Amino acid sequence: MVAPPVGFSDDPSNDIPIRPADNPTVGDRIFRVICVASASVALVIIAATAIFLLNKSRPALAKTGVWHFFTASVWNAAVGDFGVLGLVIGTITIATIALIVAVPLAVGMALFVNEYAPPRIGRTLTAVIDLLAAVPSLIFGMWGYFAFKNHLIPVSRWISDHLVAIPFFRLSNATGKPDFTGSSMIAGLVVGMMIVPIITSVSRDVMARVPREQCEGALALGGSRWAMIRDVILPYGKSGVVGATMLGFGRALGETVAVALVLQNISYQANPHIVQHGAGSIAANIFLRFGEASPLELSALVASGVALMALTFTVGFAARRVVARTTRFS
Amino acid sequence: MSFDQFEREVATQDPSLEDWNGLPPIVAAEPDSWSSGLIAREIAKVPVPSTQPMPGTSLGSGSPATLAATDVSAWFGSRKVLQRCSLRMEARQVTALIGPSGCGKSTFLRILNRMHEVIRVAKVAGSVELDGVDIYGRELSVTQVRMRIGMVFQKPNPFPAMSIRENVLAGLKLSGTKSTDRDALVEECLTRAGLWTEVKDRLNEGGMSLSGGQQQRLCIARSLAVRPRVLLMDEPCSALDPISTRVVEETIQQIADDITIVIVTHNMQQAQRVSHQCAFFLVEEQGVPGRIVEAGATDHLFNQPSDERTLAYVTGRFG
Ligand SMILES: Nc1ncnc2c1ncn2[C@@H]1O[C@H](COP(=O)(O)OP(=O)(O)OP(=O)(O)O)[C@@H](O)[C@H]1O
Ligand SMILES: [Mg+2]
Repeated sequence: MVAPPVGFSDDPSNDIPIRPADNPTVGDRIFRVICVASASVALVIIAATAIFLLNKSRPALAKTGVWHFFTASVWNAAVGDFGVLGLVIGTITIATIALIVAVPLAVGMALFVNEYAPPRIGRTLTAVIDLLAAVPSLIFGMWGYFAFKNHLIPVSRWISDHLVAIPFFRLSNATGKPDFTGSSMIAGLVVGMMIVPIITSVSRDVMARVPREQCEGALALGGSRWAMIRDVILPYGKSGVVGATMLGFGRALGETVAVALVLQNISYQANPHIVQHGAGSIAANIFLRFGEASPLELSALVASGVALMALTFTVGFAARRVVARTTRFS
Repeated sequence: MSFDQFEREVATQDPSLEDWNGLPPIVAAEPDSWSSGLIAREIAKVPVPSTQPMPGTSLGSGSPATLAATDVSAWFGSRKVLQRCSLRMEARQVTALIGPSGCGKSTFLRILNRMHEVIRVAKVAGSVELDGVDIYGRELSVTQVRMRIGMVFQKPNPFPAMSIRENVLAGLKLSGTKSTDRDALVEECLTRAGLWTEVKDRLNEGGMSLSGGQQQRLCIARSLAVRPRVLLMDEPCSALDPISTRVVEETIQQIADDITIVIVTHNMQQAQRVSHQCAFFLVEEQGVPGRIVEAGATDHLFNQPSDERTLAYVTGRFG
């Protein structure tokens, strides 16, 4: 018997890289099969949806031309002329207004619950917010519709009177009494109310995960609580807040019934006067037109749905890029 | 951050903690939040005139200060964990706090810069004076106290979203302090913490890119940048290898001339190497609060302690 060499050896003969064999148990194998099956089914459903939508939208796109469909602002079912640019812009406008009101409210609420509320109230609020986040947004929509629809009209009038310096708040030059109902702003505010709970819930959860030692470190250096929030909690929670915002944005883009209730009729032209009547939304348009649409218009509605999906993806990816670019050291 | 989580832990240990009516009887004020005055005072306070400290007086930064704790008691909820501890931590001296686990050393240390009250259910009694000024009084705000009395934690906690340089300057940013020559300050603090040569070429890398020992020295540098007069260290070397420990100990010895140091340690050799004074904490029997059993010169405590339990502890026979 040769004693095994001590230290290291230059002998290359058995120095061959291998990966140690994995011997999964029966349970592991079964579980693996289940997971693979679930993943496959999910992927197949997504692919099938995409194929179905594209297929359905073909007649309308063939009639109008793809370029025309995505760059024109027109919806004339009688002659079969469709273009969704105005609707896309209207959708983005409403969702953006919704985020502008919802994100600061939600982040402020999340910080209040985590950092300022007495423990018991904080715990109760957390539970309430998590429940609210699961309530169908239609409920908030109805509330917003009744609470905002009329009460916001004086606000809109005031804004258009006093904030004329900001182009969006100006009124169009059309003569006659300005109509403040069914504006992007009212729709955006209603949608904003609908997405506050989900953004609050997710961002609160992320910001509650900041390691305690980080916070104590900030306080021990003489930081006030606000300084700790600014320099430790918000940087830590940033990607989570952006993720929560994207969830809210997705909901805002897809919000249907509430927007349809507020707008009542759809403007297919982009309207820069956000406090005035005349706003568009892809989802609300689909909802309002679906019942009485001819097969060709139905196809155009499906195609506008594809545009909505593409819009959601684009915004989601852009947000991820922004987070990745601005997150340091990780 | 969830302090709630902590609270829940506490609550599971002691269900009565949820009950604010179960406070210790001496509690005077209902605590409102964890960063403002939730201090239960045991001593009737003579109101102090709220004069602003004059620049250049003993409250300014610069010279080391004496920290005197008198009759300090501490509670978590209704459970008392420290019983009337008094200790003078002299200027230009390193004071070591030793004792078995759970006897309240960290709690005592955190009372010295008002970090104890960060935990919602925490309460304290007694007084702590920094060169004669009550740190729980009206002359100093909590943030002023914490700037003057810095703290290094057991687990290195550099800020992950900040570079090494920004970590050193974090205290200035957090406390809104202006500083004229930031580069010089960064270099000075990192040098004093024994880290400059290792990081001078990578100041813009993330604070987390350092090794554990380097992170701890970065945290020391970060504490030094706000020019504290006292530095509290809670087992600063417990996560470090012997060489990093050595470096941190050398750092302690170097800064001790300018900054009063209080260090918690479980390492008897370390206590002997770095400290001049020592205080031995002990929970005398299960369920009673911890107390300072003996305090005095380190040599004395280690070689001829007056209490036999101190002797047993420092010679490794219990604890
Ligand atoms: N956040 C807290 N909530 C409730 N009780 C606590 C909390 N922190 C500490 N305690 C209790 O206070 C007592 C003293 O704890 P402390 O951390 O001061 O001990 P220590 O001497 O530092 O121990 P170690 O050497 O293990 O660090 C212990 O009984 C502990 O259970
Ligand atoms: Mg401790």
